[in-house]
Amino acid sequence: MRHDFLDRYSRLDSPIHRLPAVLKLVAALALVLTVVLLPKSQPVLLGAVSVGLLAVAWLSRVPWRFLIRRVILLEPFVLGAAMLALFQPGGWRLFLFLVAKCTLCLMAMVLLSNTTPFSDLLRLLKAARVPTLLVTTLSLMYRYLFVVVDETQRMKRARLSRTFTAQRTWAWRTTATVVSQLFIRTSERAERIYAAMCARGWR
Amino acid sequence: MHIPDGFLDSKTAVATGLLAATGLGVALRQARRRLPPRRVPLLGLAAAFVFAAQMINFPVAGGTSGHLVGGVLTAVLLGPSAGAIVLSAVLIVQCLMFADGGISALGANIFNMGVVGTVSGWAIYYAVSHAVKGLFGCVLAATFAAWCSTVLAAVACAGELAASHTVSWTVALPAMAGIHMLIGIGEGLITALVLVAIARARPELLQPEAATGPGRSYGTVAAYGALIALGLALFVSPLASQWPDGLDKTAEVLGFKTKAVGPILAAPLADYEMPGIPGSVLGTSIVGAAGTILVFVLAWLLARVLVPKASPATEASPRRAP
Repeated sequence: MRHDFLDRYSRLDSPIHRLPAVLKLVAALALVLTVVLLPKSQPVLLGAVSVGLLAVAWLSRVPWRFLIRRVILLEPFVLGAAMLALFQPGGWRLFLFLVAKCTLCLMAMVLLSNTTPFSDLLRLLKAARVPTLLVTTLSLMYRYLFVVVDETQRMKRARLSRTFTAQRTWAWRTTATVVSQLFIRTSERAERIYAAMCARGWR
Repeated sequence: MHIPDGFLDSKTAVATGLLAATGLGVALRQARRRLPPRRVPLLGLAAAFVFAAQMINFPVAGGTSGHLVGGVLTAVLLGPSAGAIVLSAVLIVQCLMFADGGISALGANIFNMGVVGTVSGWAIYYAVSHAVKGLFGCVLAATFAAWCSTVLAAVACAGELAASHTVSWTVALPAMAGIHMLIGIGEGLITALVLVAIARARPELLQPEAATGPGRSYGTVAAYGALIALGLALFVSPLASQWPDGLDKTAEVLGFKTKAVGPILAAPLADYEMPGIPGSVLGTSIVGAAGTILVFVLAWLLARVLVPKASPATEASPRRAP
């Protein structure tokens, strides 16, 4: 199964990976806030921040190709939102500035998620007294994300192997049936998980 | 509609963060009280489902494709509070693991899609499905609610962008609302098709008791209503009043950046002026109203096609797939 779009490099070993998760989360937050609050007249500071980020990326040993691909993959959302700025007079400068700022923030967040395991972030949330129900939901979601994505891919493969070709008129209905099946299977799985949790003395 | 980092200024980020935290708090409190323990794992699994379902593409003309957002679908299947929690969990994971949606805009994203999109969508679904009975009413209501929730979330998003001075109102509102009035049609169609397919395979999942609604807890209803009204007053009021917008003024008057949690509640009213209606706003409103009526008719037709009168799906016993 291919999960490599998920937090693939979060368990590497590097000076950055060994730092405590609190530090990385706080640093990423601080960096994002700094970049967000930078005034428009300070492009030099943006340059300084990007040099710092590149240094962290180099230290973390996350492959460059992966980082660049992730940022490019997310860039359309940024461009789409920044396009709105182009519709107003003198929007070009604002557009470029927005894109630069967002790309830096994206880079910071991609680095955070690929140097810090999600379970460490969840532990932080728990320590920060985030309501238990939300943390439970997030942990279960993270745990079963891979399983449900696997299930989706299995269903897709099964459909392809039965030589289903999407006819335009029926494609939506068939795909909707796949989504509904996915929900049904997920809710059945939730029931089994509940039974298993109870059997292991949950609550 | 995920707002990235860098599009919201500090006051908007703080205000939406507070709104989102309150909304999520209300949802969690209600879920803790009314959600039976056996449905707790379903929240996490439903979040994983929404995440996976968002990766399934529906082909749209010209090689492009769209996907489900799932706010109304989740709210219909699980109830509004559970829906809000599920969507928020999806947004948090997308932000922290995939950098999809900025961390400084996480509050805004949770408020737009997790709270406004889910809860208001569910309220519209509830009203319409009680007016029109049966599976037909359910499909009609869900389609219409999915469209409304998409547009409402987009309007809130446009309001936040405008309040941050990233884009002006006159650009943000028509662009965001216009695009999402089209996207909403797709969302409504997918929601309807998925609900009908679930009703065919496992009708008991669509039973009213399956979804934990607010029931008789008027406090929760009032809290949700007040929260959404407050959010719309803060971010959408510039539509009705003149520049400078309410949030700016509020921030100025209160010295927002230091500390001002309580007084925000009263401020929009204090700042309110009699609406002057510029032409473009009137035009947008007319287009909006016409679009809403048109979509309701379309939803009616779609529901008629998907659920013919005396359909076997309404009284069929649970059937297993072979």
